[in-house]
Amino acid sequence: MLEIRAGTATAVLPRRRLASLAAGAAVAAALPRPARAQGAPLRVGLMLPFSGTFAALGENIAAAIELHLAERGGRMGGRPLQIIRLDDESNPANAVQNANRLVGRDRAEVLIGTVHSGVVMALVQISRERGIPLIIPNAGNVAATRELCAPSIFRSSFSNWQPAYGMGLALGRQGVKRAAWITWDYAAGNEAGEGFRQGLAAGGGEVVRELKLPFPETNFQPLLAQIPGLNVEAVGSFFAGGGAVQFVREYAAAGLKERIPLCGSGFLTEGVLGPQGAAAEGIRTALHYGDGLDSPKNTAFREAFKARTTRDADVYAVQGYDAAQMLAAGLEAVRGDLGAEAAFVRAIREARIDSPRGAFTLSPSHNPVQNIYLREAKGGQNRVVGIAAEALADPGTGCRMPA
Amino acid sequence: MLVAGRRGSLLLALAALLVAALPLFASNYHLQLASTALVAAMFALSLQLVVGGAGMVSLGHAAFFGIGAYAIHLLPAGISIALTLPAAMALAAIAALAVGALSLRTRGFFFLMTTLAFGQMLFFVFHDTPLGGGKDGVFITRPALELFGLAWEIPRRQRAAAMLWINLGLLAAMYVGLALLMRTLFGRALLGIRGNEDRMRALGYDTRTVKLAAFVLAGALAGVAGHCQAMTEAFVTPEMLAWHHGAEALLMILLGGLGALHGPILGAFAYVGLGEASTLITERQRLVEGLVILAVVLALPRGLAGIGRGWRR
Amino acid sequence: MDLSGLLAQLLNGMQYGLLLFLISSGLTLIFGVMGVINLAHGSLFMIGAYAAFVITGWTGALWLALPAALIGGALFGALLERGLFRHFYRREHLDQVLLTFALILLFEEARSALLGNDFHSVQVPALLDFSVPVTPDFAYSAYRLAVLGACVLVALLMFLGLERTRLGSAVRAAAEKPEMVELLGLDARRIHMAVFALGTALAMLAGALAAPLQSVYPNMGDGFLIISFVVVVVGGVGSVAGAFWGALLIGLVDTLGKAYLPEVAGLAVYVLMAAVLLWRPSGLFAPARG
Repeated sequence: MLEIRAGTATAVLPRRRLASLAAGAAVAAALPRPARAQGAPLRVGLMLPFSGTFAALGENIAAAIELHLAERGGRMGGRPLQIIRLDDESNPANAVQNANRLVGRDRAEVLIGTVHSGVVMALVQISRERGIPLIIPNAGNVAATRELCAPSIFRSSFSNWQPAYGMGLALGRQGVKRAAWITWDYAAGNEAGEGFRQGLAAGGGEVVRELKLPFPETNFQPLLAQIPGLNVEAVGSFFAGGGAVQFVREYAAAGLKERIPLCGSGFLTEGVLGPQGAAAEGIRTALHYGDGLDSPKNTAFREAFKARTTRDADVYAVQGYDAAQMLAAGLEAVRGDLGAEAAFVRAIREARIDSPRGAFTLSPSHNPVQNIYLREAKGGQNRVVGIAAEALADPGTGCRMPA
Repeated sequence: MLVAGRRGSLLLALAALLVAALPLFASNYHLQLASTALVAAMFALSLQLVVGGAGMVSLGHAAFFGIGAYAIHLLPAGISIALTLPAAMALAAIAALAVGALSLRTRGFFFLMTTLAFGQMLFFVFHDTPLGGGKDGVFITRPALELFGLAWEIPRRQRAAAMLWINLGLLAAMYVGLALLMRTLFGRALLGIRGNEDRMRALGYDTRTVKLAAFVLAGALAGVAGHCQAMTEAFVTPEMLAWHHGAEALLMILLGGLGALHGPILGAFAYVGLGEASTLITERQRLVEGLVILAVVLALPRGLAGIGRGWRR
Repeated sequence: MDLSGLLAQLLNGMQYGLLLFLISSGLTLIFGVMGVINLAHGSLFMIGAYAAFVITGWTGALWLALPAALIGGALFGALLERGLFRHFYRREHLDQVLLTFALILLFEEARSALLGNDFHSVQVPALLDFSVPVTPDFAYSAYRLAVLGACVLVALLMFLGLERTRLGSAVRAAAEKPEMVELLGLDARRIHMAVFALGTALAMLAGALAAPLQSVYPNMGDGFLIISFVVVVVGGVGSVAGAFWGALLIGLVDTLGKAYLPEVAGLAVYVLMAAVLLWRPSGLFAPARG
């Protein structure tokens, strides 16, 4: 998943901050000690973008992970955790080298990362090769939990297929028979397009035309000018960040918004409603999180995140928080001993994660089985107005998980 | 372009021995880092043939590197390196022939813009069409290490060392080959063109063919470098073809010294070492890189190899 | 294809092409007169866009950002020429390439340190915040039309300036035959500085104009840099008229390609460039070189 978030600049942190979070040393002394693995802290490598286009996402994910760790007194499964941050700059060219840095130089025993779907491939690779546990807190490329799935690889976020499937399904159920799909011609856009097509078909409609432009170009005009001639009732889309802002504004400026409703994967309006302004008002999108989700867990999480960072929590923070919860579930089950690999994996696979988005479990291919919410942009918020698809699992096509 | 003298060659050989001995005492991580530097050195060395040899600045060289890397992805998985390496060279050479034949109709900065644009076109091909497998890059199966039916099975723990030796061997072969080439008539014609193309043409040389031959050879060797990176990392990404990557190779050449054949090797090691050191200090990589370039351009016009020569004088 | 759709696409292509003209005319002049290629030209476009973002943020008026980008760009360009580029005219090509590559990195880093890495949008001026129906079912934003008009105006002013003023004719002479400058006893230093200032100002103006259309984001100048090279190669180096027609051609080919041949659209402009190189390697509108 590619996502650019608007908002204020976040503070720049040192590239490798060795944050030994043995915060609860005094508390820990009073607790009963598990039999083994007590001494050395467990090294958790956080490979995330702390600079470059996606820096704000990386910061929110990391902050939420550290928030959950702090809630647990700096320990999981009785073992203190040492967080090692590495900035991947969202640069796929250096991804393999950076992953090697974390594992080879910094001796990380667990990996959490990352945002960019190209960079995450290097983490998937190293996890598959060496069996190092990996939790993906954002990148939604379907391959990670389909043909490249592995016992050691988990995802706390979504697959690109999921939100778009939900959107398509919701449209179909509203009675939309003909829709167009518009996106960047790249993996995330096409995976989402597949979901949208299948979802709409399941609801009784059909995608009659796919319009694509090369990533990350923003010259949308040639595509927009074709839409009036297509005779469709709705347009679904997958854009994120800068492209999403411009696309939504141009869609409105072309006079299309009133006549052919625009909808899409939630990233179309995620974190970019400010710059989109009035052009986004009323646009419906589908995502696994949204504003106005009224649950004690969500409220508590948002307050704690705000208190810790002074920023508002968003879907990325939720994904980071849940990545930490998943790690905790595994480590608690094996009392901090990663040597018990099978038990560690089984514990996460069977865990029920009490997420701010609503509790979820994992599919057999280790992707969340979660509600996809239907949201409507209103006054700068993506208000949840219903559930587009309940407990939706990615099909996990092509995943052959060794028993 | 100077080929190192006897003393220089001896020093280079000693350095190569030192790198070859790294697996005896260095960690796997540092072996991988050394492989990165060796691949960068191959890439910069191949470009040196065009820049230092013929005096043409190409900004599209990364495309040939990337094509060499993608060759492994395009061929059936797991076939022998005895097939993938020549295929990588051939594909890169064909691309270089097409780009070179068109671009060499221009000269100077015009040439630079044309190579940049064609390089970017090839980047789009791998970034945006099904051929490359998407902008996120793809995992590849490493080529099998077998030659004439003899297979070399490597346990995973020793793979970093094996890759290091292969990369070192190919870099050494490339360097020796180019050093010999520069002493032939072709090499001298190339240097003559760099000095004064019009004079060489007046002397009856078909300068465009000589330049095209150098461009194609450089492309093929960049393909080798790309192949080696893909083999080492088992991963290919369109970013390998991006022009920024080619500019990095130019920087290595400048850092090492434009006037010496071994300059790019020094430059590549310095560049990779500098990058590794700077990750420990700051996250502002571009700042470091930008300032290093400025410093070199302004203060060290003859590169690291130039310093050495300055000392000896 | 329907006729009204085609009309909309032609408008799109012209608007895109005219914006390209603002960027590539500076590139081609700087190259023609000084023989320097400025890889950081795309970064100047980015700086202009961010300047529009900052100034609109302070004052709420994009109108102020446009003259600011022009004047600020001219001063910045003169400063760059004086402080850096002047010392590089006689250096190796490689040095010039790397100098300007370093500038890209430093400009991006400065942008990141000062304004962060987020994506920002710039409001369209309220006066132009409406749409004009160009076909029965497709509307065109008034601001887009205004940008189109502004680009045409700038192009006209440039032609007049180059044709009718003393400095202009000196620049033209220098671009077409650099050796003429000294023969005619012109002050080369003054011409160089003026050309660099003009090129920078135009790139920054283009950035400021494009900011509400494009929004502003890191590395936004990169794509424009490459496509401007294509324009210069197609149009012919050193020729402002070449840049003008080249930019329009590229803008139309790219836009129509995307609309009617989407499978190969990304490659269309490069194929065009290859064809031009085969047919007329010095560009379609190159001035005759002595």
